[in-house]
Amino acid sequence: MKDRNLEDFVLEEEVNSMNEKIEKPVKSQVTFNKNRISRRIVLNNFAKHMFSLSTVFAMVVLGILLYQIVSGSIGWLDWQFLTSNLSIFPEKAGIRGAIIGTLFLMMIVIPVTLLLGVATAIYLEEYATEGRIQRIIKVNISNLASVPSVIFGLLGLTVFSRMLGFGSSILAGGLTMSLLVLPIVVVAAQEALRAVPGFLREASYGMGADKWTTIWRVVLPVSIPGILTGAILAISRAIGETAPLVVLGIPTLIMKIPTGIMDDFTVMPIQIYYWTLDTVLTPEYAYLASATIVVLLITLFILNSVAIIIRNKFQKTF
Amino acid sequence: MDNKNIRDIIQQNIKKKNHFSDRIMPKIFLFMALISVVTTFGIVYTLIFDSIKFFSQVPIREVFSTNLSPLSREPSFGFLPLLNGTFLTTIIAMLVAVPVGMAAAIYLSQFASPRLRKVLKPVLEVLAGIPTIVYGFFAYSFVTPLLMRLIPSLGAKNALSPGIVMGIMIIPMVASLSEDAMNAVPTIMKEGAMGLGSTRLETTTKVIIPASISGIVASIVLAVSRAIGETMIVTIASGSSKNFTFDITQSMQTMTAYIVEFTSGDAGSGTVGYYSLYAVGLILFVFTLGMNLVAQYISRKYREEY
Amino acid sequence: MIDIDKYITKYVYDVKGLNLWYGDNQALKDINMQVMENEITAIIGPSGCGKSTFVKTLNRMIENIPIVRTEGEILYNGRNIFSSKMKVEELRTRVGMVFQKPNPFPKSIYENVVYGPKIHGVKDKKTLMEIAEQSLRGAALWEEVKDRLNDNAYGLSGGQQQRLCIARTMAVSPEVILMDEPTSALDPVATMRIEELMEDLKKEYTVIIVTHNMQQAARISDKTAFFLSGELIEFDKTNKIFANPSDKRTEDYITGRFG
Repeated sequence: MKDRNLEDFVLEEEVNSMNEKIEKPVKSQVTFNKNRISRRIVLNNFAKHMFSLSTVFAMVVLGILLYQIVSGSIGWLDWQFLTSNLSIFPEKAGIRGAIIGTLFLMMIVIPVTLLLGVATAIYLEEYATEGRIQRIIKVNISNLASVPSVIFGLLGLTVFSRMLGFGSSILAGGLTMSLLVLPIVVVAAQEALRAVPGFLREASYGMGADKWTTIWRVVLPVSIPGILTGAILAISRAIGETAPLVVLGIPTLIMKIPTGIMDDFTVMPIQIYYWTLDTVLTPEYAYLASATIVVLLITLFILNSVAIIIRNKFQKTF
Repeated sequence: MDNKNIRDIIQQNIKKKNHFSDRIMPKIFLFMALISVVTTFGIVYTLIFDSIKFFSQVPIREVFSTNLSPLSREPSFGFLPLLNGTFLTTIIAMLVAVPVGMAAAIYLSQFASPRLRKVLKPVLEVLAGIPTIVYGFFAYSFVTPLLMRLIPSLGAKNALSPGIVMGIMIIPMVASLSEDAMNAVPTIMKEGAMGLGSTRLETTTKVIIPASISGIVASIVLAVSRAIGETMIVTIASGSSKNFTFDITQSMQTMTAYIVEFTSGDAGSGTVGYYSLYAVGLILFVFTLGMNLVAQYISRKYREEY
Repeated sequence: MIDIDKYITKYVYDVKGLNLWYGDNQALKDINMQVMENEITAIIGPSGCGKSTFVKTLNRMIENIPIVRTEGEILYNGRNIFSSKMKVEELRTRVGMVFQKPNPFPKSIYENVVYGPKIHGVKDKKTLMEIAEQSLRGAALWEEVKDRLNDNAYGLSGGQQQRLCIARTMAVSPEVILMDEPTSALDPVATMRIEELMEDLKKEYTVIIVTHNMQQAARISDKTAFFLSGELIEFDKTNKIFANPSDKRTEDYITGRFG
């Protein structure tokens, strides 16, 4: 297909120029060419501007979105908001519970997803031989990555909530989320492991080290920055996800602050969700939602900045 | 401490080591790696198992009807309104995402200077990183009121607003995947065209896009899959009305919103209503999985071997 | 004339009928060679002749490539290294390797040197420190790094890094040190320092060094082996190989007619 296209193009030009030579006298031939070329150039520039406008459109929308939300939060986002519990009275309501809930949730998600994700990556990159098992695992990871988050919610509902009896606790939510973000960690860890150059492994084997010693003492330490970056990406995703938790049955109004992983809880995205739904009844909820969104976005911003710093400062190039 | 001594210590230690770590470690890691496979099986199993319970109680003819009233005194479980809601919002989203996404991809990969690209690309990445609940809020509290001023007959919950916002959310995905596809076209092809005096536009439309069309189509299919699976934006802004209608100014419910609605109220387990969730989930899963397989197939089969 | 060497000095390596394939491609053809203790044996030959492959077979590093297949025996101190009774990790503690491009770990100089002893069970800090100093002295690097043992190894120059790799190898007290073109990535001054080191190494270790630099082979080695297209063409005392080679192909290579 590639050769055909190029040849077609060349052929078209050749035929055009031949036609022009035969049919037109020399003088108008030059004029004809000039007109045609300038027409093509005008078209090109027009298209260029349309394309750039489209690109800018996306940014403009982003700008509007941020502006709307930030302006909605002014006056409502303050220290009192961050440290108060929920309340039916909007002025008194705060997201302390949601923040603590998010932290508790991450306390489950981070170790579970890191352990499973890094282990999977180590298996795929260091131990697996080309074969059916390796392919099956890889296909599964990429399929899991594309499953809608509600379905993870259904899975969590059936397995963690009902079958294992964890209900709508932090444990159930955390395990569900871990599976949701697992592919992110696996892919990042795989890349990090792959980036470790062969000559380091060779040096270790040359001294009589076995495979696990080499992985533990040489390969893993070098790939930690990449793995951390993957972990941060996974956390960023997990912090903002709402659907699976709603499906699990996280209740609307949680007054009690969770103290253990079997407790009920709420997180920031759920708070945003419920406040948004009830905006019709209580318009002030829109401001509360805006304020929570700002907190959420700032958290994500900090997380991603940390990831970038890790990448720039600690990533070794060989 | 001379050489012979160290030599002996090391030789002793290495004879003692039975390298049990090299035998057991691969198995441990394999076990953990198989969890992802178990998860997929878990998803398929729970969806199918509970769907069977649903379909054994609800005749197929009812499922294909347009009457969806799970909570009424005479419950009916016609899924067509949900399919309708999902597809309408998806189509609207694609009408926004594909043109803008492609335009951005073309601009960034073919027209923009490297410096500009360095600034613009991260902004697109930011768009992609915003949680969907934020988009949902934006759709409901800003876009809908704005649209209501332009279209007086627009309902507070409608399909147009979430459709547009979903499209905006998907723009970075289309843009970035298409851009990757276009960048994979070798520079020599591009230079060949430009060396013959073509404008950038002509190079793009006549050489680059045809060469990368499989990657572009794959990216669009993936974007559709994403839109079908999107939940929060449509739950908030499109509502839960179970009409079967093509009027996008009215409220309608998508498959994903149905699942959310029913689990946030406490559908007693064991009821048909509860099982209907899994049936809808199964349909959703089949659609998204199918689209992803199609996308993989397209990009594999028609990929130019460079 | 009876060859008394054969009876008095033991063979460290006795290679018998070694054949090696990369998939369908035969890279080593019927190699027979004996290496004696406390000697420096140089292996020379044009690119692709199999010298690197041969040396990597001596410590079974070549097996890390999955499509490799071997036939024949290699006896190390009388034991066949391919037998299932010989653990490859054990072999590699007795036969160390220095690679073409210096490859220290991204750790401190100290951690690099004590890596071997540590993974093989030496835990006592005092012992480790002694091993470190001894090895670094043996590699002629101690004076240069003794005050910065905790600095990252990557801060050293190329030549220093290579000497660090030599020290690292020495820290496990091997009997043999294999070197695969150890100075080809270094500048002439660093090369010279390592060549000076070799004379000392000979006293404690048996050294087998692959080199594409004939002058280097002539300078430092006791015996030289000439490989060509996977075959061992000639193997003899270095003086004889360079002054009066028996095989015409050896003569052609040495005089620069090819390779």
